[in-house]
Amino acid sequence: MSILSVALTGNPNCGKSTIFNELTGLHQKIGNYPGVTVDKKVGVVEYKDRKISVVDLPGTYSINARSQEEKVVSDYFRDNKPDIVVDIIDASNMARNLFLTLQLMEQGIPLIINLNMMDEAERHGIKINEEKLEEAFGMPVTSTVGRSNASVRTLLDVFTNTRMSNYKPSKLLQAHIDKVNALKASDKPADEIDEEIITARYDFIDKVMESAVTINAANKSLADKLDAYLANGVSSLVIMVAMFYLLFQIAFNWIGQPLADMLGEFFEENVAVAASEAMTAAGVADWMQSLVSDGIIVGVGSVLSFVPLIFTLFFFLSFLDGTGYMARVAFVMDPIMRRAGLSGKGIMPLIMGFGCGVPAIMGARTLDSHKDRMISILITPFLTCNAKVPIIALFAAMFFPNNAADIVFAMYFTGLTVAIIMAKVLGSTMFKGEESTFLLELPPYRMPDLKTVLLETWDKGKGYIVKAGTIIFAMSVAIWFLSNFNSDGMTDDMSESYLAGIGSVTSTIFAPQGFDTWEAGAAIVTGVMAKEAVVSTLGILYGADDVSTEAEDADETSEVMLATGMGSAFTPLAALAFIVFTQLYSPCVTALGTIKKETQSWKWMGFAFLYTCAVAWIASLLVYQVGKILGFE
Amino acid sequence: MTLRDVKVGSTVKVISVDESPIKQRLMSMGLIPNTRVEILSSAFLGDPISIRLRAYNLAIRKHDAEKILVAEG
Repeated sequence: MSILSVALTGNPNCGKSTIFNELTGLHQKIGNYPGVTVDKKVGVVEYKDRKISVVDLPGTYSINARSQEEKVVSDYFRDNKPDIVVDIIDASNMARNLFLTLQLMEQGIPLIINLNMMDEAERHGIKINEEKLEEAFGMPVTSTVGRSNASVRTLLDVFTNTRMSNYKPSKLLQAHIDKVNALKASDKPADEIDEEIITARYDFIDKVMESAVTINAANKSLADKLDAYLANGVSSLVIMVAMFYLLFQIAFNWIGQPLADMLGEFFEENVAVAASEAMTAAGVADWMQSLVSDGIIVGVGSVLSFVPLIFTLFFFLSFLDGTGYMARVAFVMDPIMRRAGLSGKGIMPLIMGFGCGVPAIMGARTLDSHKDRMISILITPFLTCNAKVPIIALFAAMFFPNNAADIVFAMYFTGLTVAIIMAKVLGSTMFKGEESTFLLELPPYRMPDLKTVLLETWDKGKGYIVKAGTIIFAMSVAIWFLSNFNSDGMTDDMSESYLAGIGSVTSTIFAPQGFDTWEAGAAIVTGVMAKEAVVSTLGILYGADDVSTEAEDADETSEVMLATGMGSAFTPLAALAFIVFTQLYSPCVTALGTIKKETQSWKWMGFAFLYTCAVAWIASLLVYQVGKILGFE
Repeated sequence: MTLRDVKVGSTVKVISVDESPIKQRLMSMGLIPNTRVEILSSAFLGDPISIRLRAYNLAIRKHDAEKILVAEG
């Protein structure tokens, strides 16, 4: 028998993804629709010897092709004729959900109306007469209970037993469709026609609701009670800050970092040692051993050690998103984001940017307008990601031992300030005229479906692992080569290497900033690969044997480094200029690759590289020159 | 009176929706003439506001709320 094709459609927050995940589990593939950054989710399930392919279309309120998601849905139905289309309806929010239903039916798409989260609706005192609803549309109506696997599995029976060709629009629906077609054919202005059609749809919906739904005015809902604190005035801001502080504590200090340390240790003590023993036993050439141990294992290992941290962070963010709280965060932050020319929804990518720029840049795809997405992507690199912290911590401990914490805080503040200023600048120059909008549903609070949270975490986190195996792998080999070879072949003296040559060329442009040594230049170049590499490069170049790239080891590291030539290579003022530069300059290669992927443009990637370098160069110049005028050194 | 001027806690009825870049999105989400709207809360400094219509909650900026004409009732 042929494969049965099923498409799931519906509003955002209707529980569609949970149903999709329940049906397909791990048998799903997430790709991209061509030309847009909208996830394409397809899964396969076998039921009673029948193969069923399920497409989870992006959640939309309508299909007017005004957003990327809406365009994807309307293009899908233009180009595909699935055997079954299921419209998932949030039963406690029927009126607005049925708008999409009606719009799809007007286009002649027969569909099953599935009332989801019936239990929640009943708790709200909503009673739905499914037979009346079926009668009103002439289409089959089914129902599921939120977060109940068994009820979702009953849909499979419905899929295999329903023949959509048996269903015709009811007389009532047909009359509505005729009315809409007549409106479309009239010679009024297009806007006016659209608005009359919208009104006609809600007229129809109100009529249907009247006959099929009874609502016993329920008590104040949980959402309203919670929102009095979580989405109201100053209290909401305080609660939000506390919540994220706790979340970052858990993700970074309690779970993520200890796991990352264990993994890093494992790489150093087991993988590296085992690899070098195996290579010695096999009589592998010295240069090859050096490449594998010092290049690949160190480079790839340093990135892989971040994996637990990234996964933990994504897990908590997906969980919070599933509860509905993230929408409140956007609401609470909108007054602040608006003043920077952005929208409240843009806060999520920025918050993530303090952890790692890569998920932050990917997160920008959830924003509404092109302007918001582009600005968010372009300002994220200025924020203090985890990898920049060791640089700041080391320099602060070395050159400002009495004010180290102030310097670290000042750098976070500098990054954020520059990001906000550049958001303003970009918004009023390159993206002028495009409007930033904010219209956001605040969904009911719900207990997230764990399966959905885990699948989302895995989906977002796995990209990071792939990256470690590709870009970082290649870059590790390149940096190893550059720091161990010169035109005469392999060299033990790094100051004779290609890297030293590149470093001294690079350093010439930093004369006005006071850090024009080749070592600093080389560290800046390797820092583009990964910001952690700035500290490790300086460590290698100044001949310190054991340099930790962990921020909390900065005190020890600074003692080691002060004993080397580095202590005299920077004046405190030049050191400050150097950390300002490394704080702001180019995103790392992984982030650059992500920018390329998200903007689908080499041009924007190149722009992100050049303009961040320019901003960093100017900012560090200001710090050094103004500092000199004020009499510091 | 526009939706911008309505106090938190009161319920009003939509009279009309003026031209704005999000007019059609608003209308598609059910904010059309004769719809009843309750103002639930406001963010820090009073903007944006959260409103309830057709059994769901929606956040909207005052700048956009200004385009929605309402009357008591």
